[in-house]
Amino acid sequence: MLEASGLTKTFDGLTAVEGASLHVERGTIVGLIGPNGAGKTTLFALLSGFLGPDAGRVVFLGRDVTGLPPHLICRLGMARTFQIVQPFGAQTVRENVAVGAHLRHRGRAEALAHAERIAHAVGLGAELDKLAVNLTIAGRKRLELARALATGPALLLLDEVLAGLNPQEITEVIPVLRGIAAGRDGTPGVTVLMIEHVMQAVMNLADRVYVLANGRMIAEGAPAEVTSDPAVIEAYLGHGAAERLRRAYGAAHAA
Amino acid sequence: MRGLAGIAAFAVAIALMPAFVTSGYALNAMIMTLYAALLGQAWNVLGGFGGQFSFGHALFFGTGAYTMAVLQVNFGWNAWAALPAALAAGGAIGAAIGALTFRYGLRGSYFALVTLAFAEVFRILANTFQFTGAGVGLMVPLSERAADMQFATRAGYLYLILALVLVGFLVSWWLKHSRYGAWLQAVRDNEESAAALGVDVLRVKLQAIVVSGVLMAAGGAFYVQYLHYIDPHIAYGPAVSVEALLAPIIGGMGTVWGPLLGAALLHVLGETTRNLMGDAPGINLAVYGIVLVLMVSFLPRGVMGLLGTRRAARAAGDA
Amino acid sequence: MLDPAILLASALNGLTTGAVYALIALGLTLIYGVLHIINFAHGAALMVALYGVYFLHRGPGLDPYLSLPVMVPAMFVAGYALQRLVIGRASHGKDENVLLVTLGIAIVLENLALFLFKSDTQTIDTPYTFSTVSILGAMISVPKVVAFGGALVVAALLLLLIRRTDLGRAIRAIAKERQGARLVGIDVEHVFAMSFGIGLACLGAAACFLLPTYYVNPQVGNGFVLIAFTIVVLGGMGSFAGALAGGLLIGVVESLGGLWLGESLGQIGIFLIFIAVLLFRPQGLFGARA
Repeated sequence: MLEASGLTKTFDGLTAVEGASLHVERGTIVGLIGPNGAGKTTLFALLSGFLGPDAGRVVFLGRDVTGLPPHLICRLGMARTFQIVQPFGAQTVRENVAVGAHLRHRGRAEALAHAERIAHAVGLGAELDKLAVNLTIAGRKRLELARALATGPALLLLDEVLAGLNPQEITEVIPVLRGIAAGRDGTPGVTVLMIEHVMQAVMNLADRVYVLANGRMIAEGAPAEVTSDPAVIEAYLGHGAAERLRRAYGAAHAA
Repeated sequence: MRGLAGIAAFAVAIALMPAFVTSGYALNAMIMTLYAALLGQAWNVLGGFGGQFSFGHALFFGTGAYTMAVLQVNFGWNAWAALPAALAAGGAIGAAIGALTFRYGLRGSYFALVTLAFAEVFRILANTFQFTGAGVGLMVPLSERAADMQFATRAGYLYLILALVLVGFLVSWWLKHSRYGAWLQAVRDNEESAAALGVDVLRVKLQAIVVSGVLMAAGGAFYVQYLHYIDPHIAYGPAVSVEALLAPIIGGMGTVWGPLLGAALLHVLGETTRNLMGDAPGINLAVYGIVLVLMVSFLPRGVMGLLGTRRAARAAGDA
Repeated sequence: MLDPAILLASALNGLTTGAVYALIALGLTLIYGVLHIINFAHGAALMVALYGVYFLHRGPGLDPYLSLPVMVPAMFVAGYALQRLVIGRASHGKDENVLLVTLGIAIVLENLALFLFKSDTQTIDTPYTFSTVSILGAMISVPKVVAFGGALVVAALLLLLIRRTDLGRAIRAIAKERQGARLVGIDVEHVFAMSFGIGLACLGAAACFLLPTYYVNPQVGNGFVLIAFTIVVLGGMGSFAGALAGGLLIGVVESLGGLWLGESLGQIGIFLIFIAVLLFRPQGLFGARA
């Protein structure tokens, strides 16, 4: 469904993403993890058209979308959320979500009705008439998700939708995400690519995981495989960490 | 649809006014208030609904006014034929300025300054060229016939400005109840989010500045027909630009009734000042300036915002 | 072709005007650099300062240059109060609000002046108003030469203030990193108001240098507003060296443009430069920062 190859982006001589490739299969949930500053959000911006890559290609649903502006990519069926939530603060939750719904619904009434359905689906049903500025962090994260979902995407790029939530809220949102991916009430399932720091969620949800460090893809595979990959451990914990861990474990086993 | 009923009721009330009111003073007051409301509605499309603050809306006003006057004076056009041309000219200038500024991502203060600079450029040009009458300006020949869009009675002008304000109302109402309006307000509140939701930000802003330019040009065209005269300072000077933004800021930006409410309040304020201080030049605008500072400081959402807060509080109380 | 002697005289004249422009622009760029606001009332404040110099001359008969020790502190206090009491409170953290408030202040000042002083244009007569000096064979008016020198001296003092004093360090700290400055205990509101005051104090000085060869009326500030903005944008928002160079450049461009196109069309040149720079090089010709 999504095929990115050799994506590279440099800012003022600083390479944020270098030759990154990834592949997302229809109907799966794919995680994108990596230490802070690895270039995950930049990679999202490259995929969704907010930044043009210096090199590389993005193919979405068989179409080359490299360098297309974000609104066209969204129209093709790829929607994204922002790590730093960006609600239309002066508008109500219903109006916020309706902006997304308008992509596939011309009429105001239909868009508002669709927005209501989506808001209920992500657990915002009780706050439809609240101004977006008055939502809690958890509420804003859900709103971010609802708006993107309302555009009727085939692929959702989620940038840390769980960051800033407490464990209780995280356990509430995980089933919502699973429901979106699986499809329900007759709606088709949505393929998901998610940046996430909450490992519990990645382990729980993702079919496959990519690991980005210093702008490069250093590993990919099933969540369990990837987290035991020495290269990944080193990326997170520093050079030589895997070796030290193994020795520590080895010593423990030997003893 | 309740909003539309309110607008219709307002239109009927104003239309009946000449049947009961014969005072030329009162009719003129109503005409000037509606005229100020029209300018405010024009600015409100781009500034209130779209969040792009223009300090140079005189650009569109003056272009509409001069198109109207030049076509009649220099080319002998009928006023009714000149009106669509004036509206088109306002829209075209809007498209041109919008294409330049929005394409290069100018926003906020920079957009305000560039619009102001363009208005100044046009003022100097109008001051220079002969076909705009240079510094002397243009006088539209007097011909008080409806066929020439001039009227022997104030009532005629009242109906003309009322018709234009109704168009402004319908545009505002449509912005509140349409996909395009939702997109425009989304762009106002957060361009990046809007783009992520499939909104073509550049196009939405361009359309807004064109609509705003057309409405503002209608104000200019009305001015020429009502007062029969235009010069560079009236057309492109800062006074009109300020007048256009005052009404919606005072009444409530991004609302349907804000510009009219603001225009009415400003009119009352202006008359009160005149009664208290006499007709000295400057005092009126000085008071407007103070009101602008006070509004932004204490009521950034305008008088409508005040009403809205009450309503919201009541709704919350009900719930 | 134009006579080279006329060109030279015109360019020198432009340089002297440009120095005063630079002084006005320095105030504007300081305010922008620190507060990140565009002070739309800058021209109106200059107008107020010009009236101050005018009345000090007409009343107590104070020579414009001797008005400096009165006007500079007076404008500083006015600026400090304006930022502290009006602008700072109205902003609600939004650029647009500040722009509207300073627009409102400009409208109030301009129209109060119109109400109080009528729209008549006033000038003052000094013994040296019409005296000239020959520079490279071109005759330049003495007060313009004084204005040139004076503007450069004030600009140098301003730079010293910014580079060498504690206040200057606080100003630079806030310009760079507002939250950080707050965290290390700098009284940000105070420094904001100080910057605004210094910005207007520049106008007080500019008015003293300007009036002997210029005039004052309620609208006089309008002409300077866009010129000052053009200079600031040209020099890179918030850059002092840029404002200085930009001011001199614009002075010369205006003077030479007027020679070729006539007074009013010459002005268009400035606006077109302004628009073009904003569109194509918003970081300024001298590329300070984005």
